[in-house]
Amino acid sequence: MSNLDKNPVQSPAAAVTHPLVKGTVEPGCAKVDPIVIADHVTRQFGGLKAVDVDHLEIPRGQITALIGPNGAGKTTMFNLLTGFDKPNTGTWEFDGKSLAGVPAFKVARSGMVRTFQLTKSLGRLSVLQNMLLGATGQRGEGLFSSLVKPLWRRQEEENTVRADELLARFKLDAKREDYAASLSGGQRKLLEMARALMSKPELIMLDEPMAGVNPALTQSLLGHIKNLKADGTSVLFVEHDMHMVMHISDWVIVMAEGRVVAEGPPETVMKDPAVIDAYLGAHHDTDLGDLMDDGPNPVEVALEAERKAHDAHSEEK
Amino acid sequence: MIAGIRIGPGVRFITMALLALALCLGVVLGSGALSASASAPAPTPTPTSDFTNTLTIGGVLRDDDNVVEGAEVTVEGAGGFSEVATSDDTGRWSVVVPEKGEYTVTIDPETLPDGVELRDPDRVSATVAANEWQTNSITRSFPLGVDDRQTTGFFEQFLQRLAAGLNFGLLIALAAIGITLIFGTTGLNNFAHGEMVTFGAIIAWIVAVLLGVNIFVAMLVALVLGGAFGYVQDWLLWKPLRKKGVKLVQAMIVSIGLAIALRYLYLFFIDGSTKTMNVGLSEAIVIGPVRITTGSVVSMVISVVALVAVGLFLTRTRVGKATRAVSDNPSLAAASGIDVDRIIRTVWVLAGALAALAGVMLGLYRQVSWDMGFQVLLLMFAAVTLGGLGSAYGALVGSIVVGLFVELSTLIIPADLKYAAALVVLILVLLVRPQGILGRKERIG
Amino acid sequence: MDWGNIFGNAIGEIISPTTAAYALAAIGLGVHFGYTGLLNFGQAAFLLIGAYAFAIPTLAGAPIIVAVLSAIICSVIFAFILGIPTLRLRADYLAIVTIASAEVVRYVVTTTGLTDFTGAANGLSGFKGTFAAINPIPEGRYGFGPFMYNEYDWWVRIVGWTLVVLASVLVFLLMRSPWGRVVKGIREDEDAVRSLGKNVYSYKMQSLVIGGVMGSVAGIIFILPRAVQPANYTTGLTFFIWTIMLLGGAATIFGPIVGAMIFWVVLSLTQGILYGAIESGALGFMTTTQAGQVRFILVGVALMLLVIFRPQGIFGNKKELSFSV
Ligand SMILES: Nc1ncnc2c1ncn2[C@@H]1O[C@H](COP(=O)(O)OP(=O)(O)O)[C@@H](O)[C@H]1O
Ligand SMILES: [Mg+2]
Repeated sequence: MSNLDKNPVQSPAAAVTHPLVKGTVEPGCAKVDPIVIADHVTRQFGGLKAVDVDHLEIPRGQITALIGPNGAGKTTMFNLLTGFDKPNTGTWEFDGKSLAGVPAFKVARSGMVRTFQLTKSLGRLSVLQNMLLGATGQRGEGLFSSLVKPLWRRQEEENTVRADELLARFKLDAKREDYAASLSGGQRKLLEMARALMSKPELIMLDEPMAGVNPALTQSLLGHIKNLKADGTSVLFVEHDMHMVMHISDWVIVMAEGRVVAEGPPETVMKDPAVIDAYLGAHHDTDLGDLMDDGPNPVEVALEAERKAHDAHSEEK
Repeated sequence: MIAGIRIGPGVRFITMALLALALCLGVVLGSGALSASASAPAPTPTPTSDFTNTLTIGGVLRDDDNVVEGAEVTVEGAGGFSEVATSDDTGRWSVVVPEKGEYTVTIDPETLPDGVELRDPDRVSATVAANEWQTNSITRSFPLGVDDRQTTGFFEQFLQRLAAGLNFGLLIALAAIGITLIFGTTGLNNFAHGEMVTFGAIIAWIVAVLLGVNIFVAMLVALVLGGAFGYVQDWLLWKPLRKKGVKLVQAMIVSIGLAIALRYLYLFFIDGSTKTMNVGLSEAIVIGPVRITTGSVVSMVISVVALVAVGLFLTRTRVGKATRAVSDNPSLAAASGIDVDRIIRTVWVLAGALAALAGVMLGLYRQVSWDMGFQVLLLMFAAVTLGGLGSAYGALVGSIVVGLFVELSTLIIPADLKYAAALVVLILVLLVRPQGILGRKERIG
Repeated sequence: MDWGNIFGNAIGEIISPTTAAYALAAIGLGVHFGYTGLLNFGQAAFLLIGAYAFAIPTLAGAPIIVAVLSAIICSVIFAFILGIPTLRLRADYLAIVTIASAEVVRYVVTTTGLTDFTGAANGLSGFKGTFAAINPIPEGRYGFGPFMYNEYDWWVRIVGWTLVVLASVLVFLLMRSPWGRVVKGIREDEDAVRSLGKNVYSYKMQSLVIGGVMGSVAGIIFILPRAVQPANYTTGLTFFIWTIMLLGGAATIFGPIVGAMIFWVVLSLTQGILYGAIESGALGFMTTTQAGQVRFILVGVALMLLVIFRPQGIFGNKKELSFSV
């Protein structure tokens, strides 16, 4: 689209390099150590091309933010990568293994675990049971071995210890025995994230983890995400909160209208005209100088407005 | 979805609703009850017939869809017991027997009408064993068949079935559009829809046959009362449930309960016999190789007119457009100032009226009985599922497919498996296209 | 009115084989719907398959163990046939497809083309010999009060209720285990469970098979005191099993058992009272046939009221209501 065409011409950042990147920094650039590589992934809904990504690589061991206005195709991209939806075209690999056409549960088992934008806590299971469900390789989950408790008691105890640790870290330990249905929206987001961590994933994909989470908690959540990176887990997250994006991400990928329109380290990507285009529409008259002023960043203003609209929408559901 | 989350008053209406519904039906049907039971002293075909006090052996003689009247069946048992039963105008015969013993049941092939024969000429008798008497009534059937299958060519048969299938498909469509509109606007799978069909047929039977009024007037009465029935259901039951925030599966099971209650209420008042809509629309019209009755022609014309009217209503009128908006996205529709509850009420009225109309014509096409709607309910579901739940055009396409399939399948497989064939098609289509022919996929995440 | 007789009959229903069969079928349905969230509206088909797959080999001279295995294997195969296309579908589609499949099998066993195997509309009888032959109880009448039965009737009751207890224990063991956690998770939100690396499709299939086999065994118990009649396996049967399951509480161990007992005791009581009232002339406008129908009207109304006002059933936990969607 027009954004893409004019980007290399207008942007002085075109020739920039970055330690994470092989070659120059540009939309769809190759990474030094990618964990996910996707090629020609498209997904059409009727006449609408929700996702149309030519090439995308996600760096290993880093925190990558996927941003873009509502309807940009971020959630759809998540669905495609994790096997929850089938693309019209495209291939992708995770950790060197092709995942195209692999069912969702196998994707998760291979170490790529996602959370959902609209929380999917299991309401009539207790918080602890929710957590235990996240653990992998459980012997007690086999039909016949489940009948003989000695076969799985030890493992269950170990998983419970781990679940309790995570619950404590996410400040959900007081709710351990409550039904998940009784949690607040923000607590459910936390539970979902903690549950995903039970499986010790290599890559965790969080779809709007902060939406609806109490601001007092977001700080500690940021800490958790950073810890994940320290433990060697790669993180890919969708977020509308620019402070968070700026604060913790090592890399930012921007989607608009199904395409990757820009990527780069957070400091520079915010100033990319393609990003401003994406959020404010192609025919605005902000010039680049405004972005350097101390005034509010127009991207952030736009994002903030969107996030509010979005939250209002989520509450309806 | 719309069968929403808020708690409101009006729940107490539900009990009232049931009472009112029962009363309302009682008044309507009460008039018919007496004359009906006078004309047909048949044994009841309650599914679990464990509960009657007398011991009977009986059955229904049918040649495909036609009842066989006047055939004699002899039941003989220990101690020289022997009694002859003659099948009545609904094809039923039954013999009251003295004890739970062994019996031999023999049909006299001589007494069968001309052109009707036993399918298996050697099978003139059947036995009843003593240990079968776990229920108080035992059924024995004698499969009948006409030998005219070879006399008409395959192509004529095909055209004949095609016409019948089209007719049946249009009838299903008429009833099924209501199902799909209700599903689209409220998310409810209405299992009581078959009873709305039966309702229309019974009303028309009362008005046209018992009261002897012109069939078209009867049709109009059924249409109006059917609409009213839809209105009352939504007013007293479904709207309060929506306000209470009853979940969709829960509501679906409520509709199953309602269906059971209504069905047996019908049975209570009009008994288990089938009633013929003998209103002078049965003479045959011959168009080339196809023979159809005037009744079928009338029913096809009316179905098409009604379907076109519904189509225009949905696409051209403000209420119709609002209905589609509510189907697309209820909360968005509500936000843009559409009175969702009023639209849903309209949909129920429309669905009730269309179902009743379909019932009248189904009564003309076949017969009227207490469970006729339930018998076609699954075909209606098959139709809307095939078409994609919630899509009105899908329902039309799916209905025609089902109707044609039911009738055309009899060219190849035994007629008593024709409904099974349609249901198998439903399952096969869903294998290939889980969202139905015209349906949309749901979004995840 | 003979109250003694009315109550005697009603009390007798508590341990009747029919009650045991319905309880077992409802336990199976509880595995499907209560624990896994599968909207199976075709449970009648499993009873049908159990009945025919037991009766046909028996009539052909097979020993009882073969007949029972045949019933179990056939229901497993049917569960697979049913599950492969439907378990990927949305819940409400599943409901329609299962109800349709149940009708298909009923049409098939009723078709006159198969009279030699299934007896068509007449059904089958005379298959009780092998079961009676392994009865250890000596001939005679035993019991007290309303519970006076001959040796065969006791044998059916003992076997039937033993199976009910075994099924309940099995369900208890399964549902306290991580396996049970997975299927309960599926009931709540299958996408979430999928995202945690569980093969949802396989678990649903396992659940369908387990509940289906229970239905099939229930089908055998159901026919041991009577004949096989295809008219018994209409959707009406499925709906009664649903009523029983919801009455007791869908996701409970004792719910289906107590639900079945209450259901049959109440049906028997209403029948006794209505018939008594008609005989004494108090209900002159009603015939006994109509009285039979009134009870089904009541079943329908009870189902509605139950689902609206007490969706968790008698034993269900108020917080763990039986409806998540
Ligand atoms: N199942 C679906 N059917 C039709 N359109 C869809 C579906 N899922 C997503 N879309 C459309 O695809 C586009 C991208 O949606 P989404 O991926 O949810 O965006 P984001 O997560 O970036 O806000 C939107 O226009 C949305 O309406
Ligand atoms: Mg999204």
